[in-house]
Amino acid sequence: MIPPLISVRHIHKWYAGVHALKGVTLDVQSREVVGLVGDNGAGKSTLIKILSGVLQPDKGEIRIEGQGVEITSPRVAMRFGVETIYQDASMVPTMSIARNLFIGREPLRLGIGRIGLIDHDRMRREAIKAIADVDLHLRSPDASLADLSGGQRQGVAIARAMHFKSRILILDEPTNHLSVKETAKVLGFVRGLPAQGVTGILISHNLHHVLQSCDRVVAMARGEIVFDKQVAETSVEEVSDVL
Amino acid sequence: MRNLFRIYLEKPELAGVALLVLLAAVFEAGSAGAFLSTDNLRGILGLLPEVGLVSIGVTILMICGEFDLSVGSTFALTPMATSLLIIAGVPALAAIVLGLLLAAAIGFANGFITLTFAIPSFIATLGMLFIVRSLTVVVSGGFPPLLPDDLTTGEFTQFVGPGGLFRASFIWFLAITFAASTLLAKSSVGNWIKATGGHLEAASAMGVPVRRVKLFCFMLCSVMAGFGGIIQVFRLHSPLPSIGDGLELQAVAAAVIGGTALSGGVGTVLGAVVGALLIRVIDNGLVMTQVDANWFKLAVGTLTIFAVVSNTWLRRTARRIKVAG
Repeated sequence: MIPPLISVRHIHKWYAGVHALKGVTLDVQSREVVGLVGDNGAGKSTLIKILSGVLQPDKGEIRIEGQGVEITSPRVAMRFGVETIYQDASMVPTMSIARNLFIGREPLRLGIGRIGLIDHDRMRREAIKAIADVDLHLRSPDASLADLSGGQRQGVAIARAMHFKSRILILDEPTNHLSVKETAKVLGFVRGLPAQGVTGILISHNLHHVLQSCDRVVAMARGEIVFDKQVAETSVEEVSDVL
Repeated sequence: MRNLFRIYLEKPELAGVALLVLLAAVFEAGSAGAFLSTDNLRGILGLLPEVGLVSIGVTILMICGEFDLSVGSTFALTPMATSLLIIAGVPALAAIVLGLLLAAAIGFANGFITLTFAIPSFIATLGMLFIVRSLTVVVSGGFPPLLPDDLTTGEFTQFVGPGGLFRASFIWFLAITFAASTLLAKSSVGNWIKATGGHLEAASAMGVPVRRVKLFCFMLCSVMAGFGGIIQVFRLHSPLPSIGDGLELQAVAAAVIGGTALSGGVGTVLGAVVGALLIRVIDNGLVMTQVDANWFKLAVGTLTIFAVVSNTWLRRTARRIKVAG
């Protein structure tokens, strides 16, 4: 049997005496889109921060394709193909689209390791392609992020994740502050992830959004997983009842 | 009009250049042609590297989202250490390197304290301002030591260029400006510096080593201040313990006049240089036009406020026009 793409085993996390995660175990299969729901403080953010390398678990194990891994930093997570789009910490508003796409992963023309001179031509060219690939229409990769709408910024974040060939895409409240039209576009994109060979984890407050775009709903409360069902076998009412 | 705004958004330091040209014209007229004379330009360009280097360091640090109020003191302690070493018989080059290492250590301490204890750099470096100034006075013994007469400092002070227009320090300054500008605008580290100052959480989530980036900027800032101080002391031929007093705020003024945002993430090396040059031009121009020199601080203060207000207004207006179009 093929092991799950990502497998979280008995993860615990304490913050200054608060037991934020109490032995969370979750398997996500390849090309599955999981909706993670729960109230504020349920532990969703802590869990995804552990998966994306921002936080380290105090106890427990993470496996990717059956192999035990230590995700010690965001860079390590990216190396495993885990890309995360945070609701408001993905983009630097004072920088251009092209620069934002390549923060920390700049294409270099000359350099040692990650330090060197940026290949600006290549960066612009790849930025234009990355944006076009997610069907986003922007005038110039040199435009400042501050000039884009919330939906366009989310689009740039998605373009970045897809450009770097993520295998597991984590989206943290990607539809917050978006217009109805933009929300529909983002949800359509999430639904299309498996077709592109990408596994998704969508964190959202909105159960309707989750049921529209995911295969499976996982609900958390007080640091534990309290509900886990295929979307086809549940309803908004049933999930609301456990929250 | 719209094109003007576009140019402004892309190169905000050009507003400073325009002001520079305007001021030069006013001073030239007011001084009956003395302002743009070779002798006077020599004076301005001879002093520019000293405050210019400090401004570049402070600007880069501000872009990464931190402040350094201790640069004026580092500007004094670094050449003091270098001078005492030279007097003790250490070769000049080694003494300069050791002095700059001391400056780097001050920058490291600034960054380490700020980041480890998560306190505002404004406070950490305010403390360092007093500490380093006090150390400077203590090690000097209260009397400025004299550099040996046979010490050659021509690599920094002699006049070179067409008509002897520049001091050698100006060549150093141009080279460092070019290097710093390349670092900030063209290198991956420059991208990290802007990202760190523009949105710390995002930079961190994208794998930028934000702590190391900030430490680097603190150290760079102190080394630039120290080098500026060494140049000044070699020009004066004696390390006065009081030099660089108030320079920290002049450097911040130069940075914001040149378009650096106090909130971090925005600014250019060229802007810092233009800002520093504007301050030097005002200082010199008031003298040349025989205005009471005590008006200097008033003029710099007015310019600083004017620059920030107009930058804020221009940025907002330019954005609105662009979005509407």
